[in-house]
Amino acid sequence: MHITEINGSLRERKKREEKEENKKEERRKKKTRKKKEEKKCVTTTQTPMASSNSPCAACKFLRRKCQPECAFAPYFPPDQPQKFANVHRIFGASNVTKLLNDLHPHQREDAVNSLAYEAEMRLRDPVYGCVGVISLLQHQLRQLQMDLYCAKSELSRYQNLSIAATTGHGLMTNESVAAVNNYHHTQNTTAVVGGNSNGRDHHYHHRHHQFFPNQQNNIVRNFDGGIGNNYDTSLLAMNISASLGQFNQVQHHSAAGGGGEDRRTVNRS
Amino acid sequence: MMASNSPCAACKFLRRKCNQDCIFAPYFPPEEPHKFANVHKIFGASNVSKILNEVLPHQREDAVNSLAYEAEARIKDPVYGCVGAISVLQRQLIRLQKELDATNADLIRFSTNQGSSFFNYPSNWNNDS
Repeated sequence: MHITEINGSLRERKKREEKEENKKEERRKKKTRKKKEEKKCVTTTQTPMASSNSPCAACKFLRRKCQPECAFAPYFPPDQPQKFANVHRIFGASNVTKLLNDLHPHQREDAVNSLAYEAEMRLRDPVYGCVGVISLLQHQLRQLQMDLYCAKSELSRYQNLSIAATTGHGLMTNESVAAVNNYHHTQNTTAVVGGNSNGRDHHYHHRHHQFFPNQQNNIVRNFDGGIGNNYDTSLLAMNISASLGQFNQVQHHSAAGGGGEDRRTVNRS
Repeated sequence: MMASNSPCAACKFLRRKCNQDCIFAPYFPPEEPHKFANVHKIFGASNVSKILNEVLPHQREDAVNSLAYEAEARIKDPVYGCVGAISVLQRQLIRLQKELDATNADLIRFSTNQGSSFFNYPSNWNNDS
């Protein structure tokens, strides 16, 4: 071969070799990129709750590293720092950990939310906390019961007056007695005869209360038995009476606001 | 409050000497050991001490009693504690309020019926008008 031909072939060979090397480098870079991406995917799947870099509110507060198995992480997200701060201040982190460890995993979220609520109430009212809210609600409940009893008594009085008016005279005949019984059965059967409310229209109630004594007792039973059906009434009564004098102080705290976070129904099964 | 030699329930539980200035002594008598045991289990002695130090002396007894109540409720119901009672009471309030509103509506209806004509039949007996 001629020298020029030899040089030309050498140059081509060099070009080919350079191209191959470039291709090899590109392949290597692709591989390293793939490996890096795979590593990232593994870390995120290992820690589904916490983002790859953001510690939970508890670990931020306690200034410690938030491990993947952190017990607080699912319940104290980093965007709610006050929640853990309150709980820690009233109960302490170790007590909360012990409480959560005693529960099933599916109960822990409710437990944390109720602890957070209690802590917030205690911080708002250091003397009574949640007990003040309970006391206030019981007072409101008693008030409502009395109002309802009076309203039903009044309603019953109106009903009796209208029925008596239809008979055309004040005294009840046997037929009108049966009519009264039928009338009341078609209406709300929990209507209360207001025989005990006041002394007005006594001659009407004197005849009527003997027909509906059982209904009246049922109303009273419902009022008294309804409160503690699903809760220990002795526990509710404990020490609550001592706080009755503090309603003015407690009324500043809204019961609705305190229960707003925890309006999930209480399953007492 | 305390016999001269008998430590309070808190110091007995914590196995320490009960000094004359013990903050727990007036509120945790030795004959009620469970009271402090419950409070300690849920809140911790140091947290209780901080809370008592934050309130006025005449409020401390109420504060301790309310803490004891909350602690007992939490031990009986570890998930909801006394928040469960609040939830029950709120639902009952809503139920009674609805019932009162319905009764008041009936009252208004009756009072207007009586105002218009006292001797009319009730509207569900005969439709005269």
